[in-house]
Amino acid sequence: MVSRAAPARQSPPIPAGLTRDHLVEIYRYLRLTRTLEERLTALYRQSKVIGGLFRSLGQEGESVATAYALARGPNQDILSPLIRNLGSMLVMGAPPIEILRQYMAKAEGPTRGRELNVHFNDLEKGYLGQISHLGDMIPVMAGIALTFKLRGEPRVGLVYIGDGGTSTGTFHEGLNFAVVQKVPLVVIAEYNRWAYSTPPEKQFAVKDLAEKAKAYGIPGTTVDGNDVLAVYEATKFAVERARRGHGVHLIEVKTYRRTGHAEHDDQHYVPKDELDWWAKENDPVDRYVKQLVQNAWVEDRDLKGIDEGVKAEIDEATDACVDEPLPPPDSALDGVYIDPPAAPRHWYRGL
Amino acid sequence: MADVTYLEALRQGLWEEMERDPRVFILGEDVGAYGGAFKVTEGFVKKFGEQRVIDTPISEAAIVGAAAGAAHMGMRPVAEMQFIDFISCAYDMLTNYVATARYRAGLATPIVVRGPCGGYVRGGPFHSQNPEAAFFHTPGLKIVYPATARDAKGLIKASIRDDDPVIYLEHKWLYRRIKEALPEGEEIVTPIGEARLAREGKDLSIVTYGATVWKSLEAAEQLAKDDGLSVEVLDLRTLLPMDDAAIMRSVQKTSKVLIVHEDTRTGGVAGEIAARINEQAFAWLDGPIMRVTAHDVPLPYAPTLEDFVLPQTDDIVKAARWLAAY
Ligand SMILES: Cc1ncc(C[n+]2csc(CCOP(=O)(O)OP(=O)(O)O)c2C)c(N)n1
Ligand SMILES: [Mg+2]
Repeated sequence: MVSRAAPARQSPPIPAGLTRDHLVEIYRYLRLTRTLEERLTALYRQSKVIGGLFRSLGQEGESVATAYALARGPNQDILSPLIRNLGSMLVMGAPPIEILRQYMAKAEGPTRGRELNVHFNDLEKGYLGQISHLGDMIPVMAGIALTFKLRGEPRVGLVYIGDGGTSTGTFHEGLNFAVVQKVPLVVIAEYNRWAYSTPPEKQFAVKDLAEKAKAYGIPGTTVDGNDVLAVYEATKFAVERARRGHGVHLIEVKTYRRTGHAEHDDQHYVPKDELDWWAKENDPVDRYVKQLVQNAWVEDRDLKGIDEGVKAEIDEATDACVDEPLPPPDSALDGVYIDPPAAPRHWYRGL
Repeated sequence: MADVTYLEALRQGLWEEMERDPRVFILGEDVGAYGGAFKVTEGFVKKFGEQRVIDTPISEAAIVGAAAGAAHMGMRPVAEMQFIDFISCAYDMLTNYVATARYRAGLATPIVVRGPCGGYVRGGPFHSQNPEAAFFHTPGLKIVYPATARDAKGLIKASIRDDDPVIYLEHKWLYRRIKEALPEGEEIVTPIGEARLAREGKDLSIVTYGATVWKSLEAAEQLAKDDGLSVEVLDLRTLLPMDDAAIMRSVQKTSKVLIVHEDTRTGGVAGEIAARINEQAFAWLDGPIMRVTAHDVPLPYAPTLEDFVLPQTDDIVKAARWLAAY
């Protein structure tokens, strides 16, 4: 006789070959990204972060999940983040204190105050910061991936490009170059609805950025960019495919830029209801938490514990560096070349 | 007569030319609905429509190239670079195509390529550049660089009306920092190729342009007060073609020249000015031609570093004092 009793509630298996520990770690990176950016915003308002400040609010999911699909550790895979990919750098092991120092132009920071925001690198950990000129990192990452291929190393490169950035010449040249050389490169195209104030329909005539892949003769996939595990799974597939020598893959992540282009931008051109919908119904962190808890993969209170830990970590890192000095003025002269070691100081400075 | 900022003056100039001449149109990133990253074209799309204020993809080479094609057909395009640092992406179009079109093929290319440049704003290496020297070396391009609100307006109008391609460099540090009363109803057009005597003097000439005009004026004031020196300040306004006559007039008067620019030193415009003085007014010189410029490094982000690298008022004072005593 068939039992009518309801079966004991069983949590479904965790997808994509991940374990509970992985899920918790991903959550920690999501929280770390958001908390660190909130801190950077506060520091920006206190004029400690100077220049501009760009947020990834609402896009943290894809930054973290794509990077999490890479092989990490000394001299493994390498990615190149854009201004809204702070999360990917954290996943690759960029220490929050280094990021804080960099944003505040501290002498002890990774570029010794020469460069701003995510424009810094640690090739051993696996990240190569962008320059401002959009698209430029595509050919550079093609060259990094080319080297992996030439040396027969089982390593992969991953590079981000915004929906706006796909309009640049360097995007086209770099991608095409990578494709014909069949290098192990994964391109993450971030469809976040805006390029500064410009909507996608003024940027390109395809509906999905993944369609562009066809023109280069490579696979293109569109994923829900705020579904953390879906992004992870799609990226993992592309990364391992590249690692096996099958060449370039383009993944489009559909997401939404919830802040202005930078902190100065009041985003008056953004439909209010659209913004509200993404905040309320489609926040990547909220969605992820719901998924973890509803599937009983992780308990709510474990996540709360992580939140507290992250906050303490950011507090501690901030306290440790906020009062550090800016770089000494004449350190500006060294390091343009290895030889000569410093640019000449102008004659009148000695008067 | 209302006080008008440098930025507002530029905006007025663009607006008036759009009203005057239906061939004029604007293209660039975020120039329409957003009104430009610095709001230079705020309100333009509402008044002139999307046909004449075109939001483009992030494609500087295409922006400049398309402007060139339209100009061949009799249009008067004004292309905005969101920051002038991105003009490097259109370097090929400008130097190979646009600059040579008239000489090589008899094609008129009356375009204006404009954008915010310059430092002193903590913008880091890619939002602070002064790219004039990269184009100064290319015959076929004109380069203007206003320092005052009046010239911001007068030079944009002259650039749009000019029958050759003009790179119009506007300094973002000046955008809202300086103001000037501009008479309403008066048509202000600053002729391309004419320098402006910003301050008269007889002991020493400072030849400069852009933001360092203001730093030079500040230095001149200080030198008058502290040293009793009479310093002349010449604001070039146009870099190409350069107003040699105005430079030589000043040299003949003071016999001492300090050239000041914000751009880096090696290969900078000051070297060319010095060579011209050497060739055309050597006999009048009573001292070496000296330069105050940025140091030869990419412009760093930290305030301590940026301030060190860029020329400051104090540098001009010291250098001028030294030269006056020579
Ligand atoms: C070649 C180039 N042109 C212009 C800019 C100025 N700019 C900086 S960010 C941006 C919009 C970028 O949009 P998108 O690529 O979609 O990235 P998102 O900001 O949405 O992350 C523009 C136009 C630039 N950085 N590089
Ligand atoms: Mg975008």
